[in-house]
Amino acid sequence: MTALVIAEHDNNELKVSTQNTVSAALKLDSDIHVLVAGSDCNSVAEETATCEGVTKVLCVDSKEYENFLAENIANLIKNLSSDYSAILAPATTNGKNYMPRVAALLDVAQISDISAVESEDTFQRAIYAGNCIATVQSSDSKKVITVRTTAFDATPKGSNSAEILKLEEVNDAGISEFIKEELAKSDRPELTAAEVVISGGRGMQNGDNFTLLEGIADKLGAAIGASRAAVDSGFVPNDYQVGQTGKIVAPNLYIAVGISGAIQHLAGMKDSKVIVAINKDEDAPIFQVADYGLVADLFTALPEMESKI
Amino acid sequence: MKILVPIKRVVDYNVKVRPKADESGVDLNNVKMAINPFCEIAVEEAVRLKESGSATEIIAVTVGAENSQEQLRTALALGADRAILVETDLEVEPLGISKVLKAIVEKESPNLIVMGKQAIDGDNNQTGQMLAALMNYPQATFASELKIEGEKAVVTREVDGGLQTISINLPAVVTSDLRLNEPRYASLPNIMKAKQKPLDIIKSDDLGVDLNPRISTLKVSPPPEREAGIIVESVDQLVEKLKNEAKVIS
Repeated sequence: MTALVIAEHDNNELKVSTQNTVSAALKLDSDIHVLVAGSDCNSVAEETATCEGVTKVLCVDSKEYENFLAENIANLIKNLSSDYSAILAPATTNGKNYMPRVAALLDVAQISDISAVESEDTFQRAIYAGNCIATVQSSDSKKVITVRTTAFDATPKGSNSAEILKLEEVNDAGISEFIKEELAKSDRPELTAAEVVISGGRGMQNGDNFTLLEGIADKLGAAIGASRAAVDSGFVPNDYQVGQTGKIVAPNLYIAVGISGAIQHLAGMKDSKVIVAINKDEDAPIFQVADYGLVADLFTALPEMESKI
Repeated sequence: MKILVPIKRVVDYNVKVRPKADESGVDLNNVKMAINPFCEIAVEEAVRLKESGSATEIIAVTVGAENSQEQLRTALALGADRAILVETDLEVEPLGISKVLKAIVEKESPNLIVMGKQAIDGDNNQTGQMLAALMNYPQATFASELKIEGEKAVVTREVDGGLQTISINLPAVVTSDLRLNEPRYASLPNIMKAKQKPLDIIKSDDLGVDLNPRISTLKVSPPPEREAGIIVESVDQLVEKLKNEAKVIS
């Protein structure tokens, strides 16, 4: 049988989370189709066709998919589902939005946010904010799965030339409408895709002090994140939040500054390769997961660090 | 306007949960239970819609064992008008819950369903979307702002890159994110009053819904531990270690 991966993209570029999801799908099946649904998304389909492991790209280019409204996308995926034994999407806010809708339309129990594939029906996933890892087995004949992207290496791009099949599938459910999107503009890498992440917590004291992180982020090519405490205090916007209910990141280097290390935050970053914690409270729980801890006042440590890297 | 708020009884968010020693499940002996935090936000949002004159009645509903009545009473104390317990001793999966909720929606005909985006036990993040699919209603997940405008709801959603605003036709399902509101504390008089509010109990069997599980949990294990690291003495030493030992910066 064949697995279908739903591509994450912005109508211009393929998001790396798609490649992570293809890698997860390859552990289930060798025949992998990828659905690129969007508007003016041909270049994304062409990019997807170069991903290693992809055997076919389905491109559905129509206005009603431009903003990935769940009602329209879910109907489309349902209509395409009959040929597939598994349907996978990255556990991004898009994937989390439309995939349970697909699952219910197909009368299938979704397996959310898998972090490992044990066999074609058995998976691992974190529950209770990452305090436990459950191994679960699905009895549904068709699997509907979202994938924790940080748990799977991205399949390489550029080496393949899979067939691109253009489909005409119009699914305007007509019950929802896109109004606007306010996306943070930044020259820095995306949080979930960055090799280095530097995050600030309540210890930053205010939003202006995040400039102390920016200097280091610029030098290291890092993305900037934040703890829930910093977001809730209004220091930075919500899309900075790393944690159980925010973004899950696993960079090569994660630098936690002024973050105490609540379980909620640890759930979002503890799979990072190297963790650095800078905190003036030597008893902060963040030090228990850090590879390198520095007990220091961040207001003197950060400028010094910026000058020395 | 009538609002339905499905809620869930879960382990209190302050409890650090551990697997059982034999890895057969999660150790829930004598742990404190509470209303799921995202559900509490959903109740609060419904109460605010009622206070602002948009809503006339709020019905809280849950699917669970008899003791889930405690969390329904919490919802009533926060401002829900009445409650429904669909009683079952099964551990029902999101798909089964959404089928039960569909039966309740068909019976009560709410104009709006507001619920939490996920429960902090299974972290599934599915039920709202599934209910919307089964009803063929639109959905607005991860809401940080909700406005009722005539026959539509205008919802700002928390998405990966920032915020997205959509308009959805009512009836609809909205799921709450953390920043939708800050729930109030139930006052003592309201807790007392909640005891008098109606709470209906329906047996899940009477709804004729298939609640059979599709997913079995083979084991529950602790997450891999990180090895303890070292405390460095200075920024110089930190930079040196990152360059030469961890080799993550150059």
